[in-house]
Amino acid sequence: MTTNTIPRPTKPWGVNFKESVPDLVGAIATLLITFAIVAYSPLKGKLGFVITLLIVATVVTSAISGVRRDRKAAFNSVSTVLIYVAGLFVIIPLASIVYEIVKRGIGGLSWGIFTTDMAVTATDSPLYEGGLLHAIIGTLYIVLLASLFSVPIGILTALYLTEIKGKAAGTVRFFVQAMSGIPSIVAGLFIYAVWMIALGNQYSAFAGAMALAILMVPTVARTSEEVLKLIPNDLREAGLAMGGTQWRTVAMIILPAAQSGLFTAVILGIARVAGETAPLLLTMGGADALNLNPFAGNSSAIPFYVWKNFSMGTENAVARAWTGVLVLMIIVLFFFSLTRFLSNRKGRV
Amino acid sequence: MSTATSTLPPKRVITTKPRFSDKVFRAVVTTGGFSSLVILGLISLFLLYNGLNVFKSEGLKFITGFNWVVPLPEEGLPAQYGIGAMLYGTVVIGLIALFFGFPISVGAALFLSYYAPDWLKKPMVLVIDVMAAIPSIVFGLWGYFILMPHAEYWAKLIHKYLGFIPIFDMPAPVFTRSPFIAGLVLAIMIIPIITSISREIFAQTPLDRIQAAYALGATKWSMIKTVVFPYGRGGVVGGAMLGLGRAIGETVAVYTVLNIVFDIRIEVLLSAGGSVASMIVNKFGEANPEELKALMAAGFVLFVLTLLINFLANAIINRTARE
Repeated sequence: MTTNTIPRPTKPWGVNFKESVPDLVGAIATLLITFAIVAYSPLKGKLGFVITLLIVATVVTSAISGVRRDRKAAFNSVSTVLIYVAGLFVIIPLASIVYEIVKRGIGGLSWGIFTTDMAVTATDSPLYEGGLLHAIIGTLYIVLLASLFSVPIGILTALYLTEIKGKAAGTVRFFVQAMSGIPSIVAGLFIYAVWMIALGNQYSAFAGAMALAILMVPTVARTSEEVLKLIPNDLREAGLAMGGTQWRTVAMIILPAAQSGLFTAVILGIARVAGETAPLLLTMGGADALNLNPFAGNSSAIPFYVWKNFSMGTENAVARAWTGVLVLMIIVLFFFSLTRFLSNRKGRV
Repeated sequence: MSTATSTLPPKRVITTKPRFSDKVFRAVVTTGGFSSLVILGLISLFLLYNGLNVFKSEGLKFITGFNWVVPLPEEGLPAQYGIGAMLYGTVVIGLIALFFGFPISVGAALFLSYYAPDWLKKPMVLVIDVMAAIPSIVFGLWGYFILMPHAEYWAKLIHKYLGFIPIFDMPAPVFTRSPFIAGLVLAIMIIPIITSISREIFAQTPLDRIQAAYALGATKWSMIKTVVFPYGRGGVVGGAMLGLGRAIGETVAVYTVLNIVFDIRIEVLLSAGGSVASMIVNKFGEANPEELKALMAAGFVLFVLTLLINFLANAIINRTARE
């Protein structure tokens, strides 16, 4: 009697030791060649090592797959290495930026910076003197005022694109897209031309807010349009079928249904403009003292504070600038996470 | 039973008799909808109106000339306003930014679409979105204090080994605040734009074509070359143009890392460059009323330039996305 032995199930697609030998040898060879080149050539330092490693790794992997398969496989290996490197290059700058901001900005953080301004603080005063109060209040003012202008305009634009769908909808959408690309400095110049030159006003937080509003409108409009598009058409039809006018349908059904999405659009707009600097340089004057009146007198904002301290260039001023950057980044990232949190909530538009 | 001819019912058309409240509503919404067009119109109108005298007196020299001379009143000399050098510098740093930023962005978009393991995709998209949200002044400070020392070293290496090429030549050994460094900072700033648009376009590549390419034995790279790129070319080019538009309009980040000099130089490693947007901030502080008008004129040129680039880029992207 013959016994049929059932072969053990194998996984031919899995990585087995024999096939991974060339890869292992390649990896070791890559490291050895790189060390050798760095040791015996003028290329020095971390940068030289990284670049040599990249080149050697590309050559070795492509040679291995070229020998094992064909020319096409060799090209595939080269492109794979390069694309992984590109992915890495996207992460490095952000990691460096976040690390440096925290490292350089944390020294100046204290409760004092939220309760005092720079009115009586000299450039070289130690870091525990003076603070950001005037800049934080200024940023609060301009963000609120800018939202006050841009949110109605942005949402009305979105409503025009999704509810009225007029003949000019395509044109309006195209111009809104183009508007999101206008340089921030141009918005500042425009407000200066209107508010200062033509109407004869002085620097104020209000002028800065109007410049920011121009930059905020396209973000609010485009995000709101996306949100309103997601509202099912059944809701509109149901509203009209119940005998509601379009006005009642939009105000009582569509907008409440889109509420949280529209809120996200507003926050996105705020995150977009809270860190703008260039238009403020032309419109706000940049005070060192707290100015509670947003309609008159020079005032400051956090980006302006950073700019001013950076321009002074002394050691303590630069340290203050980094603390300002840290506070600014915390604010921007707070708004950013808020949009993520809102749009990730289940069952909401 | 004879053939049952079933005709589709006509599409529902919902009409409401316009009440007074609806008329008001539609009027208000339409007015609001057109406000962005109105704002754009007002911007060009006001900048053009303020800059008109300068355009008239300088003529074409405003675009081509590269002197910016503001004489003191007692000298009685004519003022000269020409932004040729600044326009040239803007294009140079924009191209440097694209040279570094474009391959990295497209590579990163490919990585996210076809190479990255699933667990890495979400965090990396988050990283790119966060990068898009970082204010430009932060890039400026980071570029000045952290990137500049490194970039200076890289520039010296490039000059040492490639100095025989005219653009890497150095008339004076000052490597800081060069167009090269400004371009590097801008490259990092435009990566999020180009990456996210490329990724959106790559995601629309028809899946059956991708699978067909694999079924025919294509390697991943051959598949990308023959399927993904032909489908996404327009969108990627449009994304690159949007990035260029951002680079051209960038003000504060460039101002912190670039030494603005009114001169046309081809040496990109030298500490002398130009940028229209940064020049406006640079001159704004101590500008007299007439010079202010010239800055408005420069702003108008910048506005028209970026608007044109954005129009073109969006037209290309919309066309690619629709196909």
